[in-house]
Amino acid sequence: MNKRTNLGSEVGKHIILIIGALVVILPFYLMLSFSFKSPAEIQSISGGFFGAQEMMTDRKCLKAERSEEECTMLPIVYNYTAAFKEAPLLRYLLNGVIVTLSIFAIQVIIALPCAYALAKLNFWGRDVVFGLVIFCLLIPVHAIALPLYLMLAKFGLTNTFAALVIPWTISVFGIFLMRQFFKTVPDDLINAARMDGMSEFSIVWKVMLPTAIPALLAFAIFSVVAHWNDYYWPRIVITGDQDLMTPPLGLRMFKSDMDGNEYGPMMAAATVIVAPLVVAFLLAQRRFIEGITLTGMK
Amino acid sequence: MAEIGLRSISKSFGSTEVIKSLDLSVSNGEFITIVGPSGCGKSTLLRIIAGLENQSTGDVEIDGNVVNKTRASERDLAMVFQSYALYPHLTVQQNLMVPLKLRRLSFLERFPIIGWFMPNRSSKLDEIVSKVQAASETLQITHLLDRKPGQLSGGQQQRVAVGRAMVREPVAFLMDEPLSNLDAGLRVHMRAEISELHRDLKTTFIYVTHDQAEALTMSDRMAVMMDGEILQLDTPHEIYNNPSTIRVAEFVGSPKINILKGECDEKGNLNCFGTKITDSIKLAQKGNVSVGIRPEHMQLVSSKDKNVIKGKIVYRENLGSDIFLHLTVNEGEQKIIVRSEPSNVINTAVGDQVMIGWDEQKVMAFDVDGENITMQ
Repeated sequence: MNKRTNLGSEVGKHIILIIGALVVILPFYLMLSFSFKSPAEIQSISGGFFGAQEMMTDRKCLKAERSEEECTMLPIVYNYTAAFKEAPLLRYLLNGVIVTLSIFAIQVIIALPCAYALAKLNFWGRDVVFGLVIFCLLIPVHAIALPLYLMLAKFGLTNTFAALVIPWTISVFGIFLMRQFFKTVPDDLINAARMDGMSEFSIVWKVMLPTAIPALLAFAIFSVVAHWNDYYWPRIVITGDQDLMTPPLGLRMFKSDMDGNEYGPMMAAATVIVAPLVVAFLLAQRRFIEGITLTGMK
Repeated sequence: MAEIGLRSISKSFGSTEVIKSLDLSVSNGEFITIVGPSGCGKSTLLRIIAGLENQSTGDVEIDGNVVNKTRASERDLAMVFQSYALYPHLTVQQNLMVPLKLRRLSFLERFPIIGWFMPNRSSKLDEIVSKVQAASETLQITHLLDRKPGQLSGGQQQRVAVGRAMVREPVAFLMDEPLSNLDAGLRVHMRAEISELHRDLKTTFIYVTHDQAEALTMSDRMAVMMDGEILQLDTPHEIYNNPSTIRVAEFVGSPKINILKGECDEKGNLNCFGTKITDSIKLAQKGNVSVGIRPEHMQLVSSKDKNVIKGKIVYRENLGSDIFLHLTVNEGEQKIIVRSEPSNVINTAVGDQVMIGWDEQKVMAFDVDGENITMQ
């Protein structure tokens, strides 16, 4: 009897989970599928997941007075070559890497000492400072976008990598997360390091950092995903220079360059942009989940 | 080696005073134990000596120099923590190397990448490795050098922690309950090892523990601390046989000393519930006293002896080498423990009525304030 009810509830749970998973996966499925198919198949919603992959001829290519042979190819080849040809996709990807990694590196350099001080040092006003950190967590990015933009503009930093990186270098979320983790590190370990002759800075980098690797990975996930996918801020501070565009912004530029219904190449570009995150997730799946459960965030 | 002096040290956390104007002098190469129940301020005291905590008032002196303003890292003391506090991400060898690297290598030599190009680095590192090797041979942990602390047992971690303190050749060792996380057998074994280490190194040891057995077995002198004060500072022998107050008497010794309510008259006669215990109180003062007799100074006797207390056995604790008899006396009013050779009490059983005698020379008496009343 008991076993049966268990089975029933298990089946129920899985049905709900499967529905949830489908809702999440469906857009990805469409993106991937569209990036394989010819325009005709996309319009008529036919050809299944992979499309018939019949040879197609690119009309734009013909207009450019190339031979018909040169302009005829498989839809999948057409979509992906178009994606890379129509926009500097590799450049966008490289920019994305530069920006997200610099943001993360500087965030760590700033957040770790701050978190250490807030977690383990006794100084006057510590609780007030920590209160401010919590308060800053509540401020939405969009609320301070305008003053930030004005400041950067005054310093002549718009349309530079600096504009993309500087506003994010102090991560209150990072400070908060690491502080909570550092709280769990036993005081004795820090005292032992002091007795061994370490300075407070050495303790941060040589004792706290290595013990905090799981928390740091969790933070890396949040930071990198957030800034790799960020569209809002690059859209504000990068106004035209294609060489500075991050992948999401590039995708937007890409769309406006194309004829209205060229979904194939666009979806191919989108696939290329999300690929690094998906690959990273698959490689570090376990760490990923560990990290997220560690932060207690769902 | 160093002399360590504490001059009227006090420490308060908010309004609670955990250490009350305390003085202590530790001489060169001495093994001193600070023993007391948990919460008596002994660990705080050790942390003040180490420099990990600031005293509210008073001075800490090392070799005659006041070190109040000196950071923990510069006092050249080594500490072994109860939790061992080994760096979890480093191997045993790296753990042992850390304090030496920090002290022997210059800032640039320790710096990543740049350090590799500094001329003296490799010769200094070789020296460090040989020191670590020597220390690990002393402690018999050479086979563990490549493991991480997480892969070691408690006893092994404890050795590594001692090793990390040892390699540096500090002026004094501070030990904060280093054995309390070990199982009973290993604790007894490590007691002997630490004493041996002290004999070999001839360095000053300050050892904090709540276990009176550790204090009695290991130390040259022991300080019994309660409620932020040192009640008595003396050799283990003196503390055991001549405790200054009833609290010290009750804290030191296992099983606990038997305390009986008694009365003293002007002539120095001491009576407990009508039975004369002894007549040798020197400073005779009429009034109520507490009589203390250690369990091993009492024994079962035949009824022909002159002064006896009648009691009833309520529990028999057999330790193999000894038997502890728990008895009620004074018509069940009070409980006492008698420690006896198994052969002497082989025929006793729970519920038996017995006669208890005692060694008059060893009886202690404490006045109403708990002070030891000098005996003849």
